[in-house]
Amino acid sequence: MIVRLMGEGQYEIDKKHLDAVNKIDNNIVKILNNGDEKAITTAFNAEYKKLIDYVRKNGKKIPHEIIKPSDIVIPPADTTLEEARKIFKGEGLIPE
Amino acid sequence: MGLIDRMSTTVKAKINKILNKFEDPRETLDYSYEKQLELLQNVKRGVAEVTTAKKRLELQKVKLEQNMQKQDEQAREALKAGREDLARIALDRKTTSQAQIDSLVKQIDDIGKEQEKLVATEKSLSAKIETFRSTKETIKAQYSAAEAQVKITESVSGISEEMSDVGLAVSRAQDKTEGLKARASALDELVEAGALEDVTGGTKDDIDRELSKIKSKNEVDEQLEALKKEMGK
Repeated sequence: MIVRLMGEGQYEIDKKHLDAVNKIDNNIVKILNNGDEKAITTAFNAEYKKLIDYVRKNGKKIPHEIIKPSDIVIPPADTTLEEARKIFKGEGLIPE
Repeated sequence: MGLIDRMSTTVKAKINKILNKFEDPRETLDYSYEKQLELLQNVKRGVAEVTTAKKRLELQKVKLEQNMQKQDEQAREALKAGREDLARIALDRKTTSQAQIDSLVKQIDDIGKEQEKLVATEKSLSAKIETFRSTKETIKAQYSAAEAQVKITESVSGISEEMSDVGLAVSRAQDKTEGLKARASALDELVEAGALEDVTGGTKDDIDRELSKIKSKNEVDEQLEALKKEMGK
């Protein structure tokens, strides 16, 4: 399947990795709903890095010239807590 | 729903909006291509803006380094004249300059990374647009309307996703650049503050004036001594 890391490009990644990716994604959701602000920021940054690193490590980068839609889209590697919350509220980061 | 689902849904919604815009799918191809070229211009502007902002920060750093050197010389001169109080003020300013330089170094590094990212984005988008252009011509020339629809959906979906991605990258880079510009303006005032205190238009600050007062007083004292000797008093 194809995964897009926004701001970075697309990766071809074996379907078997989807569970692991979803697990990290679920952890991120839990983190966003728990604890005080400082703890959330630290935990979010750490868990988010795991997600990005996982895709980079297990995926194979798709060349620039290839145009294909992705199966899943992951926000940029340097997504901030504030931006993650916006994505959740459905405010959407993408400009018109 | 996780973060990834939300993001994927937003991007897909955007793509569908473009796919449903025209009845004739071939029009979708042309429209999308036009939008791609616009976006590429936007990315290029973004690169130029980031580059300018980075240069400005680098210039400020050079100025602050000069200030620091000057403040160091002032401190030495003040000590030589036995004015520890004045030397303290100069050293205090030197410390402030150093702190500002440290923070500038980090900002320059950050914006440098942003610049690299945008340049890479520009390159990748250019390559994709080129692919899209030739695909577009092939689809128009070789496929029946029904076949074209399938091909168009695939390539327009792919490129629209890329465009959403690039759009976000550009707007984030612009936000960061704006933030840095505002801070740079505030710092400009600080950098110039010492130099502006002299209303005569020179670049002497208050410490310089104090030091030159001491110097001229010493000269007067010396001349007075010489005169006294000459007159035998």
